[in-house]
Amino acid sequence: MSPHLAVPKTYKLYIGGKFPRSESGRTYEVLTKKGAFLANASLASRKDARDAVVAARSAQPGWAAATAYNRGQVLYRIAELLEGRRDQFVDEVIVTEGLSKAAATKQVDTAIDAWVWYAGWADKYVQVAGNGNPVSGPYFNLSTPEPTGVVAIIAPQASDTPGGNSLLGLVSVIAPAILTGNTVVVVASQSAPLAAVSLAEVLATSDVPGGVVNILTGSPAEMAPWLAGHADVNALDLAGAESLDWVDLQVTAADTLKRVLAPEHGVPAPSLERIVALTETKTVWHTKSLI
Amino acid sequence: MTDALTGHSVKQASFLDYAPAPESTSILHLKKSYGLFIDGAFVKGHGTPFKTISPATEVTIAEIANANAKDVDAAVAAARKAYDRTWSKLSGADRGKYLFRIARLVQERARELAVAESLDNGKPIKESRDVDVPLVAAWFFYYAGWADKLDYAGLGPNPKALGVAAQVIPWNFPLLMLAWKIAPALAAGNTVVIKPAETTSLSALLFAEILQQADLPAGVVNIVTGAGDTGEALVNHPDVNKVAFTGSTAVGRAIAKSIAGSGKKLTLELGGKAANIVFDDAPLDQAVEGIVNGIFFNQGHVCCAGSRLLVQENVHEEVVDRLKNRLSTLRLGDPLDKNTDIGAINSREQLERIRELSDIGEKEGAQRWTAPCAIPEKGFWFAPTIFDNVSTSSTIAREEIFGPVLSVLTFRTPAEAIAKANNTPYGLSAGIWSDKGSKILAVADQLRAGVIWANTFNRFDPASPFGGYKESGYGREGGRQGLTAYLSGAGWSAK
Amino acid sequence: MNASTQAVALPQLAPAQRAIGLIGSDLTEKSLRLHLEGLPGVDAVGLEQRAAGLGTRSIKTTSKAWALDTIIRLIDLTTLEGADTPGKVRSLVAKAMNPDPSDTSTPRVAAVCVYGDMVPYATEALGASHGDPDAGLISVAAVATAFPSGRASLPVKLADTADAVANGADEIDMVIDRGAFLAGNYGLVFDQIVAVKEACRREDGSYAHLKVILETGELNTYDNVRRASWLAILAGGDFIKTSTGKVAPAATLPVTLLMLEVVRDWHRLTGERIGVKPAGGIRTSKDAIKYLVTVAETAGEEWLTPHLFRFGASSLLNDVLLQRQKLTTGRYSGPDYVTID
Repeated sequence: MSPHLAVPKTYKLYIGGKFPRSESGRTYEVLTKKGAFLANASLASRKDARDAVVAARSAQPGWAAATAYNRGQVLYRIAELLEGRRDQFVDEVIVTEGLSKAAATKQVDTAIDAWVWYAGWADKYVQVAGNGNPVSGPYFNLSTPEPTGVVAIIAPQASDTPGGNSLLGLVSVIAPAILTGNTVVVVASQSAPLAAVSLAEVLATSDVPGGVVNILTGSPAEMAPWLAGHADVNALDLAGAESLDWVDLQVTAADTLKRVLAPEHGVPAPSLERIVALTETKTVWHTKSLI
Repeated sequence: MTDALTGHSVKQASFLDYAPAPESTSILHLKKSYGLFIDGAFVKGHGTPFKTISPATEVTIAEIANANAKDVDAAVAAARKAYDRTWSKLSGADRGKYLFRIARLVQERARELAVAESLDNGKPIKESRDVDVPLVAAWFFYYAGWADKLDYAGLGPNPKALGVAAQVIPWNFPLLMLAWKIAPALAAGNTVVIKPAETTSLSALLFAEILQQADLPAGVVNIVTGAGDTGEALVNHPDVNKVAFTGSTAVGRAIAKSIAGSGKKLTLELGGKAANIVFDDAPLDQAVEGIVNGIFFNQGHVCCAGSRLLVQENVHEEVVDRLKNRLSTLRLGDPLDKNTDIGAINSREQLERIRELSDIGEKEGAQRWTAPCAIPEKGFWFAPTIFDNVSTSSTIAREEIFGPVLSVLTFRTPAEAIAKANNTPYGLSAGIWSDKGSKILAVADQLRAGVIWANTFNRFDPASPFGGYKESGYGREGGRQGLTAYLSGAGWSAK
Repeated sequence: MNASTQAVALPQLAPAQRAIGLIGSDLTEKSLRLHLEGLPGVDAVGLEQRAAGLGTRSIKTTSKAWALDTIIRLIDLTTLEGADTPGKVRSLVAKAMNPDPSDTSTPRVAAVCVYGDMVPYATEALGASHGDPDAGLISVAAVATAFPSGRASLPVKLADTADAVANGADEIDMVIDRGAFLAGNYGLVFDQIVAVKEACRREDGSYAHLKVILETGELNTYDNVRRASWLAILAGGDFIKTSTGKVAPAATLPVTLLMLEVVRDWHRLTGERIGVKPAGGIRTSKDAIKYLVTVAETAGEEWLTPHLFRFGASSLLNDVLLQRQKLTTGRYSGPDYVTID
């Protein structure tokens, strides 16, 4: 019996719950750390980015309207699926980032744990970041954070982060954004997109509605200006934009006064601040009277 | 006698032609000219001084110094020195005590401040006396208590001040906006350089005297007066760590661009085009009061003004009819008169803009109705105006007019009301009028605005966060959230 | 109306003209309830804020003189004590006719308000001064219908009313059955008002003016006050009155504002003007002027006549007289310079 001939995966984009190729028909070669060919990933275009924003916008109200408990469960389910594909992610991290098995395993495990941590916030962040306000007068007054809307994210790029980041970087920017009810358009690590596409497969087989997370592979430098300038994007997370001309991106984002998160060196640590940064505080007043 | 336009009777000699009841200006002792307040003292500016006038009479009140880049440098240097040597070394408790002192001094000099504000800004004395100035004191009181409790601000243990805060404020609530900016900044441990609006510097300069009476360490608060270029020099100064701006979306956008990449923390309170949604089950008489308060409070010079009335179609006529009746009782005139409901438009420039947009509204086919009231000969005035049958595409339904002009639109269902309310790049505030609790809460959930007033409008409180979604800016002022805008924390992380 | 609904026809309420005009000839407990419950709600905070805003108006000195005289002209000078005697009533009437002996330019009050059995003493004491306040004369108002509680059977209430009218009362201040109202028996309250109105009919076919006391302090909520105001108007009341004065809170500015909004709306709807009478708790000129401002800005200045607005008060008059003396002499006066009744 001849040995099994491997069936390689076609790496496509993830937009609106579907896996299209780039409308441009372009691909780029994903190489191992040592330069060997791994795959042809889709090289997303500005039009793919536009389609992703449309998908994200149409999914946003429904996702935000889901109960916090439900969002928490849906997100926790992702962690279960990640755990099930743990070996696959470890392999992809090893080949794309050139990490040792131990380091790759640590990255994947950290990513899964971060996902679980964030999933648990879905039905708590409002309690911690919101407040009842003792105003002077006969009024009920409550401030609660709610999702800002559609968030465009440049995921952490460089693989020189100790321990790597191709999966952990993604998790660290996607989870805090979507747990509140935002939907996202993520530009994955250009050099190490395999984990991103596999994460998309996980999301597609989970209960996360299509369009909540949209993942683009390709050139952040090419897509970021379009996302920064898109009027239907509410916030721009430049976490992985350190090597881009991010000041220009901020200037562009100011055209529609987007909320902008500055570039970070390495992978953003899990934090409540990251969750709250992509929310809006809404304060509701109502009169109070017995008669 | 009947007004041809409205059919309402216009009373000639009525007991309701209330007395001219001007608040005495004798309480106010103004200087002929005011310098910049830098490093604890009034100093001359290097720019050409300008005059500040009363918009109700066009009479000059005082001459105001004009800060150029050199003066801004000096102010920022004073703030930096005060931050490094004094303010950052003080305990939170002591910072708080200074703020408490300021709050008390504002209360003691409340009437004087109110008179100055109405004189310089044109707003009715009953608003400066009963709303603006009491809130100024309240704001300092509220944040005074935060100064030694920063650990509880929600940013993790031991959050740090940012350093020197550059603050630029508008002319619609001159002293109140100053309080919104300075109180949280100082409580958090920052020092401040603030620029009042060109047409309304007066109350800030009286406030500088209060700071002297409070013996606030020199340089902790510096006040630079001037026009747009002064503000530009301030926010772009390389030695400021925080920029806070309240004003137009256009200027806010320009600031966001100009300081991009600088690492300065930025909060913006910008324009609005708030929907005030009246359902058919609303408490109608109170809704009418709320509509009036929503758009005619402070001559409509309010970023969160309820400038778009969205009224359910089946009560549209009744609401508009009641509204017109009510507007006919509003009194326009001398801002210092205690009976004045509608004061003067703050400047000729703003008056021109209101006129221009109103003319566009008329050209675009909306039905214009103007409250019957006599317009004084001198000064800048605009009678309360309603545009009925406005469509969502009308200019006056989209652009911020910042004047006493209400656009009336209709809707049929709650979903349509929400869609129309959200159909704007702005997202500062909104109003909901209904007696049905479940509907109010569901609509409030779906409105994309930072402040929602249900069965009330235009309420402000230092404990209540205020600020917008989308192009109405970012960050919140008031409450715990307003404090965090002036702090950086290590955060609570997963570790 | 089709045959099947007629088959289950509900008991009809008394056929009051106004109610039929507004609700239709199918006037039942149910149709009345639907109408009253369909009225817009009242937001208490907004209402009270509006009232407070009206309270900050300041009127000019010339208006103040006019206002003080107007307040006097609008007063129902009242004594409603178990200890009322013919002597007390005569003293009250004397005060009503000549409020300030030191200044004969002082106007007279609109009416004296007494218990039904005191009406003969009041009319006798008034003599030639008894009559229409518009003609500078003084009316006699009698509280009736088992005032202040209203807890008596309808025949007793009607007899109480008819008796006062027969004795010469020009105006009847009736109380509604708050218990029935709070229990939701709007039809009963309605029918009683209609019946009392009928009992106000004199032999010559004219009617004594009917003021309907809602006792707003017991109705408690503003929504109830609005409904009761409509109900009282629909049933034929000429005036709606806040309180008996025996229950706290009596008249308040927000409640009066709300009732003025109702009569304003009724006027918008029908062209007919209904009167409003706040009673109890208004003791100072300053407060009374706030009411005048509220009347003028809500219903209109044309309401400031004895046929459309009254103050039910006793101690208010002397405070107004003190203020009036201050305006005339330029000096502050004192209680020894006004008479007690």
